[in-house]
Amino acid sequence: MLTDKTLEKKTAAINEGVIQPFSRRRFLGYVGAASALFVTAASCKKDDNNNPDTGVDLGSGDVGILNYAYALEQLEAAFYSQVILTPYSGMTALETELLTDIRNHEVAHREFFKTAITAAAPSSVIPSLAVNFSSIDFTNRTSVLATAKAFEDLGVTAYNGAGQLISTSGNGPTYLTLAGKIVSVEARHAAIIADLITAGTFSNTTDVNALDMARTPAQVLAIAGTYITTKINANNLPS
Amino acid sequence: MNLQNIISEIEKVDPEVYGRLDSRRKAMKKFANLSGKVALASLPIAFGSMLNTAYATPGSLTDAVTDTLNFALTLEYLEAAFYNSIVGSAGYLTASAADQAALTKIKGDENAHVAFLKGALGASAVASPVFDLTGGKGSGIGPFAGYLASYPVQLAMAQTFEDTGVRAYKGQAPNLQSSRPFLTAALNIHSVEARHASHIRYMRRTLDAAIPAGQKPLKPWITLNYSGIDFPPAQSNINLSFAGEEVTTQAGVNIVGIGSNTFISDKAASEAFDEPLTKAQVLIIVDPFIV
Repeated sequence: MLTDKTLEKKTAAINEGVIQPFSRRRFLGYVGAASALFVTAASCKKDDNNNPDTGVDLGSGDVGILNYAYALEQLEAAFYSQVILTPYSGMTALETELLTDIRNHEVAHREFFKTAITAAAPSSVIPSLAVNFSSIDFTNRTSVLATAKAFEDLGVTAYNGAGQLISTSGNGPTYLTLAGKIVSVEARHAAIIADLITAGTFSNTTDVNALDMARTPAQVLAIAGTYITTKINANNLPS
Repeated sequence: MNLQNIISEIEKVDPEVYGRLDSRRKAMKKFANLSGKVALASLPIAFGSMLNTAYATPGSLTDAVTDTLNFALTLEYLEAAFYNSIVGSAGYLTASAADQAALTKIKGDENAHVAFLKGALGASAVASPVFDLTGGKGSGIGPFAGYLASYPVQLAMAQTFEDTGVRAYKGQAPNLQSSRPFLTAALNIHSVEARHASHIRYMRRTLDAAIPAGQKPLKPWITLNYSGIDFPPAQSNINLSFAGEEVTTQAGVNIVGIGSNTFISDKAASEAFDEPLTKAQVLIIVDPFIV
């Protein structure tokens, strides 16, 4: 059972490390930190299709970015599937409706990436990832909504930060548009979840210019890694 | 004008600015040289040319990037002018305190977007057009005449502007790829517009009379090509903002029922992906509001 204090801590941990995405120096710093996390996770899970020393390789280039998005969508879809399977006590009709819609969207995103990557680069698509939600109390509204908000805000910053890593030629612009089609839906989710927690907080995550934040893949995966037990190697992603 | 402060500000957006400017020491030395040799009045120009060098290809502000940012700025001018006009209006004053606070928050966000884009564009920023928020193209008696007195009409307009804004930014993202910092900035604005749209839709959900039968309940996301707005005087123009949102195939992949998940209906499949609008499509939509 999560206490409010540990919840706050967790949410704070997810929210930390939001920076503007253009620093190679900081990026490398985070890669270092993330690598340490991956080493810790290495002993826990071994994937047959990938090198056990480096984990599931997201790959390079645009396919790497698509796999990165697929990994995040797997996490979100798994979370909301559990939320709908075991609703928290006191879930209102409105909350059930909205959370079910969001579950449907996230599963659609996950399956879309699986299908699209498999079609474009069948040997590069990452496998299904194992998740660990033991820190989430699915019976508790506060725990579930705080996690939902954290995942949605993380997703928004992840897509916002990944846009500039997509190639400018070939299918790159198409992939950028696809990412844009998804991120605004994630932002719609993030806003309504924030409103369900505290009415009127739909855009409270912005900076002084009223811009949302962006995170590098290393930053995002360091945070998501708390919930993903499969070891992920993001070292070959574009930067 | 404090150049070092400006560089620090740029560094917040682009921590690699010193790398682009060669190195911090060299950059500072160049400033020192500039201050010594160049008349104070021409400093901004000299500084500008240094930055142009620093952001030379592929990060330079090409004509395409400037045009795209100016297009975005024009839309932000429109949104800001709209919220500036409604906050405090008779219609607004009939809303709950929470709804008034939300509209005031969004007003602040849109004005901040204007300021940000003007700052980014500097001397290249276009001036604000003159707007006719009645949608009458200067007549002042367009289909939205009277909106200042009607809270439901204000929210219908707000939702249309926000959903259109989301689609407009999305459509322009590929045109900003040559400038990574501004692509990211635009994406960071794009998601805030989506947050606004989500909240405005949530506010409108309870305005039963303003939502067409068959499109209830109104969702924070766009279902098929539903506007969720029943406003006969401008219905065909409003519908343009949602046309094309009904697609259920992405990159050749049919989303309905994908992965044997039968709960992914055509509605869910359309909601899960927002669709872009081209610049031409957006200009047709906003044309009645620009004098």
